Amino acid sequence: MTGRIRRGNLDLALEPGETALEGLLRGGVAVPSSCRAGACQACMLRAVAGDPGAAAQQGLAPALREQGWFLSCMARPTGELVIEEGPPPAIGATIAEVAPIGPAIVRVRLEPDEDLSYRPGQYVQLIQGDHVRAYSLASSPADGRALELHVRVHRLGRVSRWLAAAAPGTRVGLRGPAGTCFYTEGRPEQPMLLVGTGTGLAPLRAIVHDARRRGHTGPISLVHGARDPDGFYLVDELKGMSDGTGAFSYVRCAMSGETGGEIEVGDLAQVTQRLFPNLKGWRVFLCGSPDRVTALKKQSFLRGAGLKDISADAFLTAEMPPPPLRTPAARAT
Amino acid sequence: MTSLYDEIGGAVAMDAAVDIFYRKVMADERLAPFFDDVDMERQAAKQKAFLTMVTGGPAHYSGRDMRRAHAHLVAEGIDDSHFDAVVGHLAGTLKELGVDDAKIARVGAIAESVRNDVLGRDPAV
Ligand SMILES: Cc1cc2nc3c(=O)[nH]c(=O)nc-3n(C[C@H](O)[C@H](O)[C@H](O)COP(=O)(O)OP(=O)(O)OC[C@H]3O[C@@H](n4cnc5c(N)ncnc54)[C@H](O)[C@@H]3O)c2cc1C
Ligand code: HEM
Ligand code: FES
Repeated sequence: MTGRIRRGNLDLALEPGETALEGLLRGGVAVPSSCRAGACQACMLRAVAGDPGAAAQQGLAPALREQGWFLSCMARPTGELVIEEGPPPAIGATIAEVAPIGPAIVRVRLEPDEDLSYRPGQYVQLIQGDHVRAYSLASSPADGRALELHVRVHRLGRVSRWLAAAAPGTRVGLRGPAGTCFYTEGRPEQPMLLVGTGTGLAPLRAIVHDARRRGHTGPISLVHGARDPDGFYLVDELKGMSDGTGAFSYVRCAMSGETGGEIEVGDLAQVTQRLFPNLKGWRVFLCGSPDRVTALKKQSFLRGAGLKDISADAFLTAEMPPPPLRTPAARAT
Repeated sequence: MTSLYDEIGGAVAMDAAVDIFYRKVMADERLAPFFDDVDMERQAAKQKAFLTMVTGGPAHYSGRDMRRAHAHLVAEGIDDSHFDAVVGHLAGTLKELGVDDAKIARVGAIAESVRNDVLGRDPAV
């Protein structure tokens, strides 16, 4: 039996292999989406009856799962799924500051209307009009209520370009937090390796600060990858964290550029493998470009890190060309 | 008789075994292409099912399930050499975990019993 979706007056038969998201968009329902791979949680909907399937609830907080929330881009229901009208709960936030901090990278400071309870390194969903996008938190609740995001401005990106141009005082919505990329206490002496590309530095920076705040004693190594030697940011902050004892080491790795300087040149995975050939017993965090994250994850595992000791967030964006956006006016009601 | 699964240490020991076994398989270039899933957690869950089954733990697979689970791999060309390699890594994993040779032989026998199903052959062959 192929799946059926009911939502308000809509009664829709899914085509074989179709996801709930694809079906709803076909039926004219405006459901926000971005990664379409279960990573960003932009497409979350609530089922009040029926089973969306285990794959569609992977990565959701237990409380959300119990209430029937699921990721529509990962749902291929086999029976009838009754979906509640209306978006998931969100809180409001005000953009306090947008500042360039690197090449095509802006730091966005947000003042949420209420305290967000999160672990440094987790991500939120930022809601701007009809769009929902995931952004990792570079900040820590220990520094106050304000949230900090590092956003790469994509050439044709809808939300990233909008954020880069947003004036202080502009309002957005927030959901979350989500994700398992954060420091866990219990093994303070465990060596830690954090590798990220581009704005993948945002969660990694937060995790490093959090680990130190929580009294981590083992060595911490951070490797930041960028396309070219001008692509790095937060360099002074990260350099300033090394105190010469080896407790914290910071490596920059560019894909191209002059060799022999203080920046490593080469493929990020290869450089990481050369510098950290044995990861048995290590805790590993990987964030940023999906193909680098996938390669590094496999490599870290083969180099000895346990699967449960590897946390990764692949910054999956929408596919190009981006999925069509249905306006509420086009909704079938 | 208690199962090897319980003797080896049950579900907790299985997690450790999955890491070791999966790493061996991924490092084996004859086998890696079949197990190279971007979703490593999902693949690891299947390794766990495999290890639970061959150690006599609470698995719920029939011979027919084994045929179905491996049919697409048979189509891609897995044969006795792949089977032997998998059983070899299985034995190596258990040895690393300190399991004695007699028990490893029992696990090998369970694995052997599904060879024809995994390879999609007529049991009479
Ligand atoms: C878990 C997670 C965490 C993340 N954390 C961060 C983070 O901390 N920082 C960060 O910068 N990003 C992060 N991302 C990525 C982020 O969610 C967005 O995907 C990203 O900002 C792009 O959104 P956008 O609206 O700007 O681009 P979109 O409009 O969604 O476009 C996506 C891609 O399509 C291209 N495109 C857009 N419009 C067109 C068009 N009309 N024609 C052709 N091509 C087009 C764009 O160039 C872009 O490459 C994260 C993603 C995930 C899943
Ligand atoms: C020793 C005997 C074997 C047993 C008992 C066994 C058992 C299993 C089990 C229980 C699963 C999980 C099925 C599921 O839940 O989907 C599985 C999956 C798998 N097995 Fe085996 N297996 C054996 C041999 C092999 C061999 C020789 C290969 C060769 C490459 C292989 C490749 C795979 C792969 C790739 C999967 C995952 C399939 C998928 O992605 O859906 N197995 N096996
Ligand atoms: S999780 Fe469904 S669109 Fe990203």
